[in-house]
Amino acid sequence: MSIEAAAARIAAQGESSPRLARDPVNQAMINNWVEAIGDTDPRYRRGVAPPAMVQVWTMPGLHGQRAADDPLGAMMSVLDEAGYTSVVATNSEQTYHRYLRVGEHVSASTALESVVGPKRTALGEGWFVTTRTSFHVGGELVADMLFRVLKFAPPPAQPAPAAPGVLRPVISRDTEFFWAGTKAGELRIQRWGETLRHPPGPMPPDGDLDAQPGWVVASGRGTVHSYVVHHRPAVPGREPPFVIALVELEEGVRMLGELVGADPAEVCIGLPVTVTFVTVDDDLTLPAWRVAR
Amino acid sequence: MIAAGTELPELAFDVTPTFVISTALATRDFQDVHHDRDAAVARGSADIFLNILTDTGLVQRFVTGWAGPDALVRSIRIKLGVPCYAGDRLVFTGRVRSVEGRVAVVEVTGTGKLGAHVSGTVTVELDS
Repeated sequence: MSIEAAAARIAAQGESSPRLARDPVNQAMINNWVEAIGDTDPRYRRGVAPPAMVQVWTMPGLHGQRAADDPLGAMMSVLDEAGYTSVVATNSEQTYHRYLRVGEHVSASTALESVVGPKRTALGEGWFVTTRTSFHVGGELVADMLFRVLKFAPPPAQPAPAAPGVLRPVISRDTEFFWAGTKAGELRIQRWGETLRHPPGPMPPDGDLDAQPGWVVASGRGTVHSYVVHHRPAVPGREPPFVIALVELEEGVRMLGELVGADPAEVCIGLPVTVTFVTVDDDLTLPAWRVAR
Repeated sequence: MIAAGTELPELAFDVTPTFVISTALATRDFQDVHHDRDAAVARGSADIFLNILTDTGLVQRFVTGWAGPDALVRSIRIKLGVPCYAGDRLVFTGRVRSVEGRVAVVEVTGTGKLGAHVSGTVTVELDS
């Protein structure tokens, strides 16, 4: 049965039979509540219950079982089985017809009002379940409440990176050829007709929307166009000081990378370098430079 | 005489783990996400967080603290925004939206580190 069909069936059952609170309204529970909330209203020390406690009296408790005809419990089961295992409340609208006094015994009846979903939310995909509960003392309606919860499937925890401590590039459709190249030991440069471009991008230099990019394999030879010696801040996976060089390739484009195995003191603009490849793991190989000897 | 537009004095709560847990238990809400940090994290949260019955109570306290002990609360309608986790500080602000006879409708917002945690309206019958 679909979630919608199950909801319609549960809603059609109407209000549950009244569920009597575990205890009558009593000063001990009021005292705990005002102490925790920090409410010093003097009425609540003289036998009047805070109106916002109305739902508290009929809560199921630590080991409480929901009644067999409780529509919220039935709907929660349906959604649990469908994989929506977590719940947060999102709306509460309580109307108080009068304040309660110590000694009164509240009962609650609940009907399922609506089930809306599936919705994408910040917490994950879920369903909004709305119930309406009426609270009675004897035959008298003392309060009613619309209550809405989001029953959702939390997204799986993010897998830990294969090589923790290394900053990883974002690989897109425009750049995947480049990273496939480093894995294969090739330094690939994006080509639009006769024009080479790096870093690769989605559009050609002339903005021709019909153009399709290709790529060429660079010789891997170039010279240092500019560089920095990085001392701090700390970078995951790097031991400072290290050199980051902007290299002008023979093909005429410039490309950034770490200059490995070099003494920072020997690095200078114009220094000839060749490409090398640093294998991080099965998914990632970084291009880098070494001094051409 | 209270008029529409009147601002309520701010009220702030330090949402310590003790506050989250003691209010959850005082409202008889034993959902693990309100007292068990590991369970809360496993269910996709950053930490234990305030329950909605407590929010209703805090909103009530904020408004009656201003309206005085002879005012009668007629309704509390709240909507939750971002969660309020242990370690947060929740600041309530409010203003009177309308007054009709002795009945005032007060707009309330409780804002924490992540933004608006709870917002809504309280209808309160003022002592005339």
